[in-house]
Amino acid sequence: MSETPQWATESFWKKVAVWVTAGSFLILVVLTFDTLKQTSAGGERVSAYSVINKKIDYQFDKKLNKYMPVIGGEELLFGTVFSEEEAEQLVTLGKKTTQAKNCMNCHTLLGNGAYYAPDLTKAWLDQGWLTVDLREEQMLKFLMDPEKNARTFGTGRKMPNLDITEDEAKGVVAFLKWMSSIDTNGFPYNFTTIYAEDD
Amino acid sequence: MSANTETVKQGSSALKDKLIAFHSWAGVDDSTLNGGQKLAVKYFMGAVVLFIFQILFGLLAAAQFLAPGFLYDILDFSVNRMIHINAMILWMLYGFIGCTYWLLEDESGTEIVGLKFGVLGFWVLTAAIAVVVLVYLLVQTGAGNDTTIWLINEGREYIEAPRWADIGIVVVMLIFFYNVVMTFSKGQWSGIAGVLTLDLVALAGLYVAGMFYMTNITHEQFWWWWVIHLWVEATWEVLVGVIMAWSLMKILGVSRRIVQTWLYIEVALMFGSGILGLGHHYFWIGTPEYWLTIGGFFSALEPIPLVAMVVHAVYDSGERGFKNLNHPAMAWLIAHAFGNFFGAGVWGFMHTLPQINLYTHGTQWSASHGHLAFFGAYATINIAFFYIAIQHWRGNVWMGAGSQNAWRWKWALALLNIGVLGMTIALLIAGYEQSFIERAIGGSTWGGYFSAQTHPSFMSAMQWRMFFGWVTASGLGLLVWDLLTIGKGETRTAEVITQAE
Repeated sequence: MSETPQWATESFWKKVAVWVTAGSFLILVVLTFDTLKQTSAGGERVSAYSVINKKIDYQFDKKLNKYMPVIGGEELLFGTVFSEEEAEQLVTLGKKTTQAKNCMNCHTLLGNGAYYAPDLTKAWLDQGWLTVDLREEQMLKFLMDPEKNARTFGTGRKMPNLDITEDEAKGVVAFLKWMSSIDTNGFPYNFTTIYAEDD
Repeated sequence: MSANTETVKQGSSALKDKLIAFHSWAGVDDSTLNGGQKLAVKYFMGAVVLFIFQILFGLLAAAQFLAPGFLYDILDFSVNRMIHINAMILWMLYGFIGCTYWLLEDESGTEIVGLKFGVLGFWVLTAAIAVVVLVYLLVQTGAGNDTTIWLINEGREYIEAPRWADIGIVVVMLIFFYNVVMTFSKGQWSGIAGVLTLDLVALAGLYVAGMFYMTNITHEQFWWWWVIHLWVEATWEVLVGVIMAWSLMKILGVSRRIVQTWLYIEVALMFGSGILGLGHHYFWIGTPEYWLTIGGFFSALEPIPLVAMVVHAVYDSGERGFKNLNHPAMAWLIAHAFGNFFGAGVWGFMHTLPQINLYTHGTQWSASHGHLAFFGAYATINIAFFYIAIQHWRGNVWMGAGSQNAWRWKWALALLNIGVLGMTIALLIAGYEQSFIERAIGGSTWGGYFSAQTHPSFMSAMQWRMFFGWVTASGLGLLVWDLLTIGKGETRTAEVITQAE
């Protein structure tokens, strides 16, 4: 009987499996700590919740060669100045509402979810809200009575009425505005915002 | 009070009578099974019921793409789609738990330790799922607060179960884990047992990562992927590796030494590529740029272990001249080897490089990959195991060439595979179209989204998906019929296969 070479033995591969798994997991843990630190709200990549008091746009950055969120001057939401704490409360209400209404099983958020309805990642900036002045009111009206305010773009698909209260609707709008300021590494590409001039 | 107890007793004895009647009608015999296998059979039956639910709600959701007014405000797409994917995950977990309980006593060489707790766990889990589904159907949504998250729905794709159910699932998983570890400790450990145990620690532990509420959606999605990716692209893959290894030993007679060496190689490749392959979900959710490199590199490696599995399964089958104990099971194992490679490996790789994913992320491309991957990697091997189980439950009958009504399993195999492959291709076409019109040309605005959704080539792709959905459903109908009847009245016993040293 011929000897099995070392590299083909069970015990060799057992050791490889253990070391590779442990090594990969260790790297993942280290990267996880780093990522969580870099993406906490108020940092470079994920804005503080009070960003809802500001103008947010999404533009192509020639130097970085990708689309980036651009935070501008004051642009209040519902004509109110929110403190950091109030802003977080409102965004929290909005985020919980998106979960309670199961938005993700039709829409995508950050590109994750279902594909039956549009992506919400930069929804705050979408030209679908017609003009900057009309946007807030349009969004609230739509969320609270989507059937009557539906724009189905000829698909016949309309959002069902999910009994969203006015407070919840405001929360959702704040959540969407805050989410649009997240640096998503250039996703989605070539997105034309409501601020872009038509020409 | 006593009248109530009386009714319950009558009820339970009536149920028992029905069960006995079912057993004698189906020609199955519990005395041929050991304790773990009896429990496994319960899980397998639950899995098949959930499989039927998955397809049913999938058909409803697919129909709503074609007729958006269908069941509007009664059973909206969001509800149907949620039940479709939740039933899928749960039937796979039921299948995996069943497979593990099935091989446990055989592999450890001793009786299962906490069988009573295992049975209790099964009923608790099943009752909990029934309640959750009823709430999904009847209540559907709640107010934007913690009560909804605890009692109705967590609203996060794939892990929607309300938090009370999450805790229940963890308890049931702990019982399951206790049974596995204590049984192996009492009996004997093997390479398969070791890999299985470590894999279950990871699987159960990861689920906990998805049980917290976070307002910061980047953090929430970060942990969410720990559950979703590290389950389906790491721990589940290793789990099916274990099941495959054991099955090849039992129905093909491959030697333990070869099977276990392969299993270690696969674990090394699977975890080596899959753990950091997690990065391909971290491209666009707000996480740092280094994930583009790490995710791109390691996901490119992810197909390798799946190629290894194909080589392993096909080589061993060829080596043994395809002589095996259970032809339908063997056919489904081969379908698994290829389905896993194409669905998870090739279809996944096609769109995971960041340069491509920038356009395909959040499109039907993912749905295409999802359909072929879950079916190819997980549905197939569970179905293979249903055949292994039913063979024993009918008294280890002949299930080789020339068995009665073999057309049923062959047609079920063909229809299910053609159906899922057809849906996959249809969704791939829809995904290409969506990436092109919505993402590249339309600049990912809502206007761009809807011009892609109304494009004739998208609509015809969705019609083809519906058609192949029906093909899949008919395959499932035939599969259920076959499982209920295969080997019934068969007098020959299965061949004996000697396991190679």
